[in-house]
Amino acid sequence: MEISLLPLILIPLFTVLAMLLPNSQKQIRTIALLGSIAQLIFSIALFYFYIVEREAGNLAHFYFENNITWYAPLNINFHIGVDGISIAMILLTAFVVLAGVLVSWNMEHRSKEFFFLLLLLSLGAYGFFIALDLFTLFFFLEVAVIPKFLLIGIWGSGKKEYSAMKLVLMLMGGSALVFVAFAGIYFDSNINGTPTFDLVQIASLNLPIAVQKLFFPFAFIGFGIFTALFPFHTWVPDGHSSAPTAASMFLAGISMKLGGYGCLRVATYLMPEAAKEYSTIIIVLAIIAIIYGAFATMMQTDLKYINAYSSVSHCGFVLLGIGILTKTAIDGAVLQMVSHGLMTALFFAVIGMIYDRTHSRQVAQLGGLLKVLPFISTAFVIAGLCSLGLPGLSGFVAEVTVFVGAWEKVDLFYRIVTILACASIVVTAVYILRATGSVIMGPLKNKEHAILSDASWNERLAVILLVTVIIAIGISPFWLKDLLSPGTEIIINKLLIK
Amino acid sequence: MLSDFLQLMLQELLLTIIIFILLFLKLSSKELSKVNLLNIINLLLLINLIGGFFTTNSGTLFGDMFQTNDLLIFEKNILNVGVLIISLQSYDWLKTHKHLVEFYILMLSTLLGMYFMLSSNNLLMFYLALELSTIPLAALTNFDLEKRQSSEAAFKMIISSAFSSTLLLFGISLLYGTIGTLNFVEIPAALNGSPLQLFSFILLLTGFAFKISAVPFHLWTADVYEGAPVAVTSYLSVISKGAVLFVFTSVLYTVFEPLSTSWYNMLFLLSILTMIVGNLFALRQQNMKRFLAFSSIAQVGFILIGISGQNIVSTASVVFFIVIYLFSNLAAFGVLTIVSAQTGKESMNDFNGFYKTNPTLSWVLALALFSLAGIPPTAGFFGKFFLLLAGASKGNYLLITIAALNMVVALFYYLRVIQAIFMTKNEKPIEKIKVHLFPKLALLLCVIGIICTGIFNTVYNYIFSLLK
Repeated sequence: MEISLLPLILIPLFTVLAMLLPNSQKQIRTIALLGSIAQLIFSIALFYFYIVEREAGNLAHFYFENNITWYAPLNINFHIGVDGISIAMILLTAFVVLAGVLVSWNMEHRSKEFFFLLLLLSLGAYGFFIALDLFTLFFFLEVAVIPKFLLIGIWGSGKKEYSAMKLVLMLMGGSALVFVAFAGIYFDSNINGTPTFDLVQIASLNLPIAVQKLFFPFAFIGFGIFTALFPFHTWVPDGHSSAPTAASMFLAGISMKLGGYGCLRVATYLMPEAAKEYSTIIIVLAIIAIIYGAFATMMQTDLKYINAYSSVSHCGFVLLGIGILTKTAIDGAVLQMVSHGLMTALFFAVIGMIYDRTHSRQVAQLGGLLKVLPFISTAFVIAGLCSLGLPGLSGFVAEVTVFVGAWEKVDLFYRIVTILACASIVVTAVYILRATGSVIMGPLKNKEHAILSDASWNERLAVILLVTVIIAIGISPFWLKDLLSPGTEIIINKLLIK
Repeated sequence: MLSDFLQLMLQELLLTIIIFILLFLKLSSKELSKVNLLNIINLLLLINLIGGFFTTNSGTLFGDMFQTNDLLIFEKNILNVGVLIISLQSYDWLKTHKHLVEFYILMLSTLLGMYFMLSSNNLLMFYLALELSTIPLAALTNFDLEKRQSSEAAFKMIISSAFSSTLLLFGISLLYGTIGTLNFVEIPAALNGSPLQLFSFILLLTGFAFKISAVPFHLWTADVYEGAPVAVTSYLSVISKGAVLFVFTSVLYTVFEPLSTSWYNMLFLLSILTMIVGNLFALRQQNMKRFLAFSSIAQVGFILIGISGQNIVSTASVVFFIVIYLFSNLAAFGVLTIVSAQTGKESMNDFNGFYKTNPTLSWVLALALFSLAGIPPTAGFFGKFFLLLAGASKGNYLLITIAALNMVVALFYYLRVIQAIFMTKNEKPIEKIKVHLFPKLALLLCVIGIICTGIFNTVYNYIFSLLK
């Protein structure tokens, strides 16, 4: 069964172009909704066809490949293809984007531009996850810059201009480092005298160790900035909390995963020797991010800041998994990417709903919302429990996999690291339960909140969509793990070959 | 001989004829209305542009003084596109100007100078052509006749370009003293890297650096750009700079190829200084023209990196980048020209809340700035990427890292403008501007250029095929 991956880019592209025509807010949001539903359907179909191919015994690394010459003199090709990891990320993107469109259903201020930029952002993410050519990958990584800046700067709240600028510049700094790494890889990967950007070819080539050691830090730190690598995490809290709801969902849910995916697919996969070399440093930085993020979250009083700082902590698990370099740990890292993407998107969506109604995000000013907003509050509790790793929800599966992966290494260092990482969950529980307790439970703090109306249909749909997947992963994680496994297997095999 | 002459110099002859027609038009300009005059002139420029596409010959003339080939013809065509766009954009400004025919005569004279400069095959010819392209520019700079600032700019321009010409001429004469020839083909064989030759080369390089305003020879740029009328500023920053960069690349690669290790180090220093200083100064500018002046200085720094790559790919990348730079910078200047002609506002603060009243113009400006910053999907991304890639081919990753980090700084100041346009609240934004058909066409052309040049590989492949 051969299907083309191009619709993954073309659907958002046509959606975006179609949006230019009409002027009424209703038509535009309908187009956005239809576009993102089409995207989700295509992603699920892709998932299905991937499984069919696998069952049929096709053991290729990348499926549905398509290689179009782009800039022939420079040997740059528009090379796309997917493996299980990409499909998981594509599914994540499709769910979050649909939920994001639903949550922003009543956006009235410059709605045309809003949906336009939001879907442009998703275009970048899809392209990034299917790219098998470093130039194409970089192209899609950078496409997101314009929408991110404008989304936060125009529709954001608080010190939005500052946050937008900080976020975009720091991410651009990351891209700059990534660019240097790519240029280095390009010129050191000669195939018959022509340098190449092709990921598959470079992987088969085994870059010289000196080259790996030189450029691995560039690639890893560059992508790491996207996924809140300590000490480059400072854009996360400001950026996420100033962004409008849908953009926060997208930023924390997908944009941060671009970094993790890049670290895995480019840095670790192409430069395995260097990955082993720098593994300790990565682990230490990841642990600092996990613990520092958790404690920093305890000090926050704003719900969005709580979630933003906890994202730093949770994305630390992704980097930890990648740094440990065992199959289970890398599986865990990818699971954590998916799980955190869904969970944090749900969290931001719910916080957005609460803010729309109460016009406050301060924990101190909210209380007893369960009585007036039962649906939203329940969603809030589910997101919180997923965040602290309750069994039955996706967060547990992901984190436990990372811990098991870390425990597989018998070294004392890894033991200490694992214990520290596990201990951070206690801190997570403290801030999550404290926030939930004071916002959701207890008596109604503000009398004016008594008349609030609960979630509308679109908000319910968005929440149900995300919660379903969270529970589906939490209860039976095997479908996702089986999806990822072949991809991570190849990365690990590359690490083991000396 | 005559047919050779006609074929090889078709573009130059066409342009000369147009300049003569303009002289006659000037005589009868009393009878024609300004609008009609502009229509006729723009039509002539269009003919000039189209004529350029029908020239495909290579060869030399006048005892090897003049050469032409497909690449040079393409470069001239690029300049023609730029001139047409500038002319269309300055419609509003010229409509009210009492010397509009002179404006075109002067501008096309400089263009003719650039043609000859591109086609020169001898340093003497090059020098003559360079002067022809610079002196009328100083007069053009003074074309805001009521503004004192404009005269000041013209004065600075003429002094500094005279100074740089002196250096250039001194370099040329020293070189002639050591090797006894000025012919581009004969120079490389005669170069042996003696100190005197290196010294003369440095003088030549300085002369070039003045013209392309590379740091530390950039000091005239900002004042001149600010004082000159916007149309002239865009001409200076795109056409004039582009032409010199074309020549600079080919002179370095062919004539001074034997000195390449020396000039590589010089370019390394020049490009780093140019990027950093250009960027740092651009950060603090409030006047849009000054801001674009410094940003264009920084862009030259990136181009120099591309040039330092010294192979066929880097030539292609440099030419490609200049095409993109032309579209992006002209789009930015185009919006500025329209706004400045109708409201007289040029400060960055005046653009606060611009999006509310002029959404289309805002998007054009934003797109142009993103392209200048090198953000996809605009063509600027491709241009910058290929330039830096060309620079990296020598394995100098320090240079590339500095350049890549400079792109972050550059992004900051471009975003500042975008922030002003889209986000900053303003009680009294610039009122709704009605854009005439001609400037609209010009902006449309720029936008198409910005979007399509990169995503579709046609232009790059075409440039590459010319180089083979």
